[in-house]
Amino acid sequence: MKLTKTFDKALWVFHVNSGSCNGCDIEIVAALTPRYDVERFGIKLVGSPRHADVLLFTGPVTRKMKERVLRVIDQTPEPKVVMVVGNCGSTTGVFYDSYAIDGPIDTLLPPGTHIVYVTGCPVRPENLINGVKEAWLYLEKLRGDDK
Amino acid sequence: MNFEEWTLRLLVILVLPFIGIFLGLAYKGFDRKISAMMQSRIGPPLRQPFRDVKKLFMKENIIPDHAVAWVFHGAPLFALIAPLVALAYLPLGPFEPVMEGYGDLILILYLLAIPAVAMAMGGLASGSPYATVGAQRELVLMMSYEFPLAIAAVTIAWKYESFSLAAISQTPVWSMVGPMGALGLLLIALGLFAVLPGELSKVPFDQAEAETELGGGLFVEYSGRNLGVFYLAEAVKMVVVGALLIALLFPHNISQWYSFGGPELLGVSVLGTVADVLFFLFKLLIIIYAGVSLVRVALARFQIDKASYFYWVPMTLLGLLGTVLVVMEGVI
Repeated sequence: MKLTKTFDKALWVFHVNSGSCNGCDIEIVAALTPRYDVERFGIKLVGSPRHADVLLFTGPVTRKMKERVLRVIDQTPEPKVVMVVGNCGSTTGVFYDSYAIDGPIDTLLPPGTHIVYVTGCPVRPENLINGVKEAWLYLEKLRGDDK
Repeated sequence: MNFEEWTLRLLVILVLPFIGIFLGLAYKGFDRKISAMMQSRIGPPLRQPFRDVKKLFMKENIIPDHAVAWVFHGAPLFALIAPLVALAYLPLGPFEPVMEGYGDLILILYLLAIPAVAMAMGGLASGSPYATVGAQRELVLMMSYEFPLAIAAVTIAWKYESFSLAAISQTPVWSMVGPMGALGLLLIALGLFAVLPGELSKVPFDQAEAETELGGGLFVEYSGRNLGVFYLAEAVKMVVVGALLIALLFPHNISQWYSFGGPELLGVSVLGTVADVLFFLFKLLIIIYAGVSLVRVALARFQIDKASYFYWVPMTLLGLLGTVLVVMEGVI
């Protein structure tokens, strides 16, 4: 089936903690609460990468998590969006140059992979929703609607 | 049985699956919207389930390396076809079952068991330990809720001395019993409502899926089209179980109380039929609200042993007590 606009309105999200301090994870849950309620955009947290359209990674990738992160990305069916949440995930943040860190994620993925960055320490739910908008823009590009 | 009648039946059977799928997805949308409103959220639009299914059909369909491919692909189809077939044997509002005379309540109970078995088969065939645990839980749960369901069905059928759903839905069961029997029926109705979330694997009884502990359980390895077919199967099953409850307990029609005038088609008032269909859809909404949405929001997931205990002991005893009351009244 052709990729259409319906895809944007039913994004299912799988959340991977790749060594985060749990700060961003709590903010992700906050985005689901009545105050922000991302379910009204059709966004739903799912329990398996096989069901997911968006992969949320929080935290710099620790050495132990590197293999798992790559495997989760492999397990997710196409088309998919990789989203990195928080300063640690985007740049390794305060853990820069640590012996225990293999990240950030963009250095592990093949070059050219599209990644949506959401910054903040921890991220704000508003910024997360903005990240979803960025993901929509990327999906539009995949469909060839950007011209 | 003449040729025209069979042609009509065939046409209805060809259209019925689409109606079933449409209604199932629409009621799923209502369920999600209502439970969001109960949590003071805005909630997804009513057409969200349609979008979800459309999206799932766009996704890549992955078959895991360890899976048994033909069972893995076959399970979703079985899970969808069984409730669609059951629709043809159920009275829907003012309409008698399409296949009246060829299957009855017992057939429907068997058809309702097939999706659970198919889901367990698919889970076991996908070769993931999470799915295996989910499949075992699904089978345990199925063995638990089938008993109170069977007790309720048999009691109501005993009252009519027939398993034919057309006969059962012709006269409401409440009009056939006295005060003691009505109390018994009330207990049986309670038991049936308790079976509803188990049959549909909704929250207090969704141990087989358990997003938070098993990561999707049975469906953990399913993606894309196969997951979409399971999604449809779940939606249709909701309509089938709701329609079964209506046929057993609340087969009332508006045209029984109030005679509509206006134009007639095949000797039946068109206005009356429309009113009856709307009333049927309303009853279905109330049943899904009371049996699924309300329970889903109010309760958290039981442990699997407690869910099994809940059906085997309190609900079975409740059902048996109801049966005894109904039967005693007939004897005295």
